[in-house]
Amino acid sequence: MFELKAIREKAKGAERKTAPLGPDIDLTIFTSEAEELDSLGALGELPPEVKEKALGAGIDAEEEARAGSFFQMDNSVLFTSSREEALEVMSITEALKKYAWLKDYWWRAVKVDADKYTAQAELKLHHGYFIRALPGSKVSLPVQACLYLNREMFSQNVHNIIIAEKGSELHIITGCTTGKGIKSGIHVGISEFFIKKNAHITFSMIHNWAEEVAVRPRSGAIVEEGGVFLSNYICMKPVRTLQMYPVAYCTGTGAIARFNSILLAHEGSSMDVGSRVILSAPHSRAEVIARTITVGGDIISRGHLVGEAPYIKAHLECRGLILKDKGRIYAIPELEGKLPNIDMSHEAAVGKIAEEEIQYLMTRGLTAEEATAAIVRGFLDIDIKGLPEQLKDEIKRATRMAEDAEHLF
Amino acid sequence: MLEVENLSLGIDGRKILTDVSLSIGEGETMALFGPNGSGKTTLLKAIMGFPAYKVEMGRILFRSYDITELSMDERSRMGIGMAFQTPPVVRGVKLGDMLRLMMGRRGTVSEEKISESAERLNLTDFLPRNINLGFSGGEVKRSELLQLLVQHPDFIMLDEPDSGVDLENIHLVGDVINELLGKSKARDKSLKSALVITHAGYILDYVNPDRACIMLEGSIRCIGNPRDILREIQEKGYEECARCLSLKQ
Repeated sequence: MFELKAIREKAKGAERKTAPLGPDIDLTIFTSEAEELDSLGALGELPPEVKEKALGAGIDAEEEARAGSFFQMDNSVLFTSSREEALEVMSITEALKKYAWLKDYWWRAVKVDADKYTAQAELKLHHGYFIRALPGSKVSLPVQACLYLNREMFSQNVHNIIIAEKGSELHIITGCTTGKGIKSGIHVGISEFFIKKNAHITFSMIHNWAEEVAVRPRSGAIVEEGGVFLSNYICMKPVRTLQMYPVAYCTGTGAIARFNSILLAHEGSSMDVGSRVILSAPHSRAEVIARTITVGGDIISRGHLVGEAPYIKAHLECRGLILKDKGRIYAIPELEGKLPNIDMSHEAAVGKIAEEEIQYLMTRGLTAEEATAAIVRGFLDIDIKGLPEQLKDEIKRATRMAEDAEHLF
Repeated sequence: MLEVENLSLGIDGRKILTDVSLSIGEGETMALFGPNGSGKTTLLKAIMGFPAYKVEMGRILFRSYDITELSMDERSRMGIGMAFQTPPVVRGVKLGDMLRLMMGRRGTVSEEKISESAERLNLTDFLPRNINLGFSGGEVKRSELLQLLVQHPDFIMLDEPDSGVDLENIHLVGDVINELLGKSKARDKSLKSALVITHAGYILDYVNPDRACIMLEGSIRCIGNPRDILREIQEKGYEECARCLSLKQ
């Protein structure tokens, strides 16, 4: 208990600590207090409009082709399930009670005193999920988790811990969304991933927020020897301000971390999103790919690779499309090499779609709109390796919904 | 099928074509010769409707219909097709997806026809690749023809279909062009027409143009027998053409 007390003290010390990136948010205007709702017997009991919103973020209330589910609305965990023996899905508060050893993971991949948001998540915690694949298990169907913001001006503060034990495989899809009619609020989400020796996690997160919602995820992943961490992040819907810079630490020989981000910034949206990988073990590898589109919003697309062990290989790619006269994409790729025998590279390109490409497709009979849509669709279609088909489909669906919209043109 | 009447146009205020008139009948293939920079590609792009080329005078008729003000996609859907000499790379759009998007816009091309045509042009492995990304010169030419096979145009413009194509493939390219023109089947009466730019004239061993013309400094000059014109150019060069024309004037 002493450690947890010390953690709270640290958090208190950081309560007013401004984050180094992203506009500062006054957390005092939001409330974190609300009565908890009763849990449900099945996800199917959710009201239709909630189901529909969740579906938009890849969460299937029927739980078809899902190994397990977690559903949290505001501060209430409404449902958890696991359909496989080797898979544990529960609320983090329950897991902390159940497993004394979990405190060893608590704030290990993310610092509790990083900024006021991490501090708030500790001091005003509303659950979050605990997902764990037992050693050697292969959970081939995805686990789904939904964090749902359904109260105006509410601050949803969650802390998630995901553990893939030695030699296990785990696929997670997380959908974060707001309820119908909800305009303002803040989501503070801490996610800590532990990928043990030769384990494999894919984590796909779809964010469907609302115009005035502020979002501050804070994520860290520790990847051990031979482990693979694949993170996909998609945000195609309007959001007031989103700032995140997840970090993966490749600490074991041959560890692999891959980040794919797909962002669409609408007018009025401000996104500051990056991915960082610290390669501190020999032969570890990293790939960071960002595809960003602005139709009037502001995007800062960051990437930072740090090579501090021999024979590492890492690549960073930021591509941005500016589809309207308004909006900005600011790509900041950073490579930091500390040894001679490393292989690190990056490429970045920002601009509008070349007129020449649209015209070429038009000579084949496509209208200017169809040609633009085809190019945008191709731009967003990242070939994600190692992802189950169902999740590939979910990601495609999430990107298609936005790209077919007329406002792109 | 296609009439170009007294066409003058420019780009960024610079005049490129001056008073060009050309008539290509149903089922007729015309070869277009001319030195680099004489305006051949510009003429093709003007017929295709590229907006950068501003028509200052004259008009273009396709099947007696004035298309001068129509957009590129409208012209394409009416039945005008073009194989580019150096088309752009379209990152993100796969050749196969592009063909599927085009499928059925004109006529009824099926998935089978796409696979069959791709195989014939040795492009099966290119279907899942981004259009023109990393394609060699010859692969670009074959990909252009594959797109035209799917597009199924009635008036076909080919911008140097033989340049960059190796000897092994030139025969194949010639065969496919003949198929596009409806000449591969003896009884084909589809009467497609074409305008073909060629420098070296290799393609003329496979495609038999009915007439040829020379473009010099943005104007169409001689029109005549393709073999005779090509021989003259090969023997005496374009300088002689210019001299001969000035004498005639």
